[in-house]
This record gives sequence, C-alpha cells and structure tokens, in this order.
Amino acid sequence: MIAFIIRRLMQAAVVLLVMSLLVFVGVYLIGNPADVLIAADADQLERERAIIALGLDKPMWEQYLVFLRDVFHGDLGKSFVYNIPALQLILQRMPATLELALAAMTMAVALGIPLGLYAGYRPQSVIARTIMAGSILGFSLPTFWVGLMLIMIFAVQLGWLPSTGRGATATVFGITSSLFTRDGLAHVFLPAVNLALFNLALVIRLTRAGMQENMPMDYVKFARAKGLTMRRVIFVHIFKNILIPLVTVIGLQLGAVFAFAVVTESIFAWPGMGKLIIDSINRLDRPVVVAYLLITVAMFVLINLVVDILYSVLDPRVRLSDRS
Amino acid sequence: MTTILPEPPVAAAPPMVETPFRRFVGDFFASRLATAGLVLFVVILAIAVVAPLISPQNPYDLSQLDILDGRQPPGATSGAGFVFWLGSDDQGRDMLSGIFYGLRISLGVGVISTVLALALGSALGLLAAYAGGLSENLIMRIVDIQLSFPAILVALILLAVMGQGMDKIIIALVTVQWAYYARTVRGTALAEMHKEYVEAARCLGFSHARILFKHILPNCLPPLIVVATVQAAHAIALEATLSFLGVGLPRTEPSLGLLIARGYEYLLSGKYWISFFPGVALLLTIVSINLIGDQLRDVLNPRLQH
Repeated sequence: MIAFIIRRLMQAAVVLLVMSLLVFVGVYLIGNPADVLIAADADQLERERAIIALGLDKPMWEQYLVFLRDVFHGDLGKSFVYNIPALQLILQRMPATLELALAAMTMAVALGIPLGLYAGYRPQSVIARTIMAGSILGFSLPTFWVGLMLIMIFAVQLGWLPSTGRGATATVFGITSSLFTRDGLAHVFLPAVNLALFNLALVIRLTRAGMQENMPMDYVKFARAKGLTMRRVIFVHIFKNILIPLVTVIGLQLGAVFAFAVVTESIFAWPGMGKLIIDSINRLDRPVVVAYLLITVAMFVLINLVVDILYSVLDPRVRLSDRS
Repeated sequence: MTTILPEPPVAAAPPMVETPFRRFVGDFFASRLATAGLVLFVVILAIAVVAPLISPQNPYDLSQLDILDGRQPPGATSGAGFVFWLGSDDQGRDMLSGIFYGLRISLGVGVISTVLALALGSALGLLAAYAGGLSENLIMRIVDIQLSFPAILVALILLAVMGQGMDKIIIALVTVQWAYYARTVRGTALAEMHKEYVEAARCLGFSHARILFKHILPNCLPPLIVVATVQAAHAIALEATLSFLGVGLPRTEPSLGLLIARGYEYLLSGKYWISFFPGVALLLTIVSINLIGDQLRDVLNPRLQH
C-alpha cells in the first residue's frame, strides 16, 4: 500500500514537472516574455532595465530554473489588473468555485443514484425510459446554452431566482460560504443546476449499468434466497459493488466540474476562479493566467492521485494488477 | 486461326446478395430514431452547404443591414420587405440567415478538426502498436496524461497562449482529440497484429507501411468511426463553448456559439430569440450526430454482431 502511494506520488511529481516545462515554453517562448512581464506603458529605458532585472537576457535553461525556483516559493508574479500577487488573487476566488462545485456534485449524486437505481431495477417501465431519455439530453445539451435558458426561464420570465452573483455569505466554523444563507442558496441554485446536469446524466447511466450488471448475479439470488428483503439487497449488497466505478468517475468528474465551472461562472457572473481566468485572458493579464494554469494542473494531479488511492482501498485487485 | 471459346455461363446474381455493407446499412436503418438522426443531419449539412442560396439575406454584407430593423421579434417584417421568421439581432441581421451561415462555420470547424485529429491520432496509435518499446511507452504516456485533463481545460489553456482565430481553434481541437483516436487505434491494432493475415503479409515481404495502412488500419476502422462520430459532436459543442466565452473564433467568423454570445446581453431584457434559436440549431446538430453515433456503436460492435 505504501509502496503504491509512493510510486503514484513520484508519477505525480513527474507530471507536474513536465507541465511546468510546458507552461514555461507556452507562455515564455511562444509569447514574448517581455510583453508578459513588463507593463505595456513602460518606455524603452525602463523596458531594458526590467529585462535585465528579470533575467530575460540569460540563457533559456537558466531562466527555466529561475522560473521553477519562483514557483516553489509561491511567487507567480503580480496581476497587472488588480496589482496584487496572482496566487493570492486566485486563492481568494477559490472558495466560490469550490462551493459551486460542491453544490453541483451533491445535486448530481443525490438525484442521480436513486434515479439510476430505479432505472436499472425496472428498465422496461415508462419512468425508467423517461429517465434514460432525459439523460441523453443531459449529455447532448451544451452547458452554456442550458445556462442561458435557465436564466431566461427562472430569472427573467418567472422571476423566481436571481441570475447573477454569489449573494450574501455567512461564516460558520471559520468557513465563509454562501451555502449558509438563504440569499446565498437562492443564488447558488441556478448555476449549480447548470453545472450538475451533465454529471447527473453520467451518474444515472453508471448507476443503472451497475444495477443491471449486478442484478442477475449469484450473490443477489443467494441473498434473496436467504430471505433478505429486496430493499436490503439493493441498498446494502448491490450498492457496495456499484460504488467502485461510481467513486472513480465522481472523483474524476470533480476535476471536470472545476473546468466546466469556467463556463457556468461566466454566464452567471459567479465570482470564482473560472470567471477570473476568462477575464484575465480577455484582459491579457498573463501572470494570473500562468498562476491559474499551474494551480489547476496541480489540483488535477492531486485529484487523480486521491482517486487512484481511494480506488485501491475500495478494490484490492487494483493494487495487485498495478505493474510498472 | 482462332478458336472461339464458349462464354462461361454467367451466374444470375440473386437480387439481394448479403454483403457486409448491405447488412450494415440494413442494421443501421432498423432503428427509427437513428434514421431520423441521419435525415436531420443530412438536412443540416445541406443547409450549411447551400446557405448563401437559401438565406433571405447575406447577414455579413453590411449594405444589406438596416439598424432600424434591430431586435425585431420573430415574425416581424423588415424594412426591405422580407419576414424575420426568427427575429433579428441588434444590428438588424436576420437570425435565420445568421444561423444558416453560422452552421457553415460550426460544421466546417468540427469536420476539419475531426478529420485532422483522426489522421494524426490513428497514425500515432498505429505506430505505438506496431513499433512497441520506447515509442509506444512515450506515446501512450502522453495520451494518458492528456486524457486525465478535461478537454475544455486543455483547449482553454492553448487558446489563452495562442490567441483567437480559426486556425488556432482547429489546432486546439485537434490537440484535445487526437489522444482518443490514438488510444482506440492502438487497442484494436494490438489485437489485430497477432492475427494470421498480418503474419501472412509479413511472410510475403510487404513493407511495414503497406502492412500498417493497407492491412491493419482497415480492420481498425469500425471502432474508429464510432469514436469519430462522438468526437465530431464534442468538437462542435466545444468550439461553440469556447467561442461563447470569447476565446475561440473572432467576431468576423460568427459560428453558432458567437451568435448565442451576442444575444446574451439581450436575454435579460426578454429578447430571447437572439440566443434561443442559434442554440436550438446547435442542439439539433449535436443530437443528430449523437443519435447516429449511438446506432453506429450498436451496429459496429463485434460483440453484438450476429
């Protein structure tokens, strides 16, 4: 187990290193680093001084090492727009994205598992067919367009829910979140539904497939023959077996939710990391873009690592078959 | 002196010989939903091809636009006398014409990027399977790493570095998609490589390239076609999303995503049609391709074949 984790950690470190090299090549070589790091209104003399001060006259490999050193010191440059360190700016925005992702995943799992269990239990029923047709729609509908339609229907036509911003926040146990206030919950509802739809469809399909795969198995027949109720067999015996693929996919989807939050946040003007990156790209605020890339990559490597470890805890066969 | 040989008797072909292709066509049309999807897609494709001929207006010829026609609801009559069936945008542009022209760009970008990614991914996947060793390890590691990041994130990163443009979004779409093809082709090719016909071709002394492209590749086609259909739908949706966010296509090349983005600011004042109808067009395109892909997967799946 420990050897497994150490090996995975080493792989993660290699991926991070490769990614830092790619980001470096992307931003510092394809784009002109002088344009990236020096404010546009600097005159020629200031520019030259800055180029020397920033070490841009040094050979490439030396620049990369300096870049790496700065990254390890948490120094990712200052935002041109906000004039505060890029890292700090992103960390300020992170809680908003986290709570949106959390709300969306909770919705997807809380609704998706019961619907999927039912669709797998009675696959021929009208309700099950409706659920499955809905899940195809969930896969096909482009997220951003669904977001617009949600705003159109629930915010503009019906006027039930607010469509922009995060709403009031409250602090409970040192965590500041809009999930703790009525106003905040009203604000988080539409964006969370928007972000949840795709995952809801995915969870439904996975749960249904698992249910259909497990229902005809011997252990289910045995448990029934033993006199257990169907309810107990489904929720205790079958559910445990469905959990393995479900945990993997939900874990990996958590990363995708962060990525898709870019779209949802832009539409609902949600003040999270996703909106920040789009604004920064459009305003050419490069230090923030670089910082966002590095943080997101690190986050993804971490999520993949945790999913791998969780997976091996849930299913011991994985550890045995893991070579290399 | 020539002897006239008797003509060999021509076997009268039965009206319907069951060839693999005919069986495939029959299986495909067995599903009414898939047939509907195919018909819908063909209609959309036809509209995109002949858009300039059937549009009431050339939406990008400024001399034809009248600002006084701006933001007309669906069904209103324009100053020039034709009807805005789907309304008009803020510059007096007919939405129906805009959608027809937008479909051209959306489908064009989707198809071009899919074909390029298919070519690149299959070549690398074949190479990985055939060469093995270091090159296989290297290629498949890159595939693994890339697929562990969501496509939208990778595309966003690339476009943030490269900037806007038709060529750039195609590069971004190819970059996020090639890995799916590489993985599919490698998997299938590895299974094919150990079959006898490949061994026979080797014994005949055929070149590596000939064995790879004329013998192994055709046998990898069924799963590739399925992946390509699904990925084409993804590519179109992804392009629309990126253009909507303002990092994809420039304003001079208005795909469906850009049309939707343009209507965003008017949505809050109840002028829904500028965003709504291009979205419906996008949705129909994606659903039609997905329906075709679903059926192809069922028909081409060797495990389900009779």
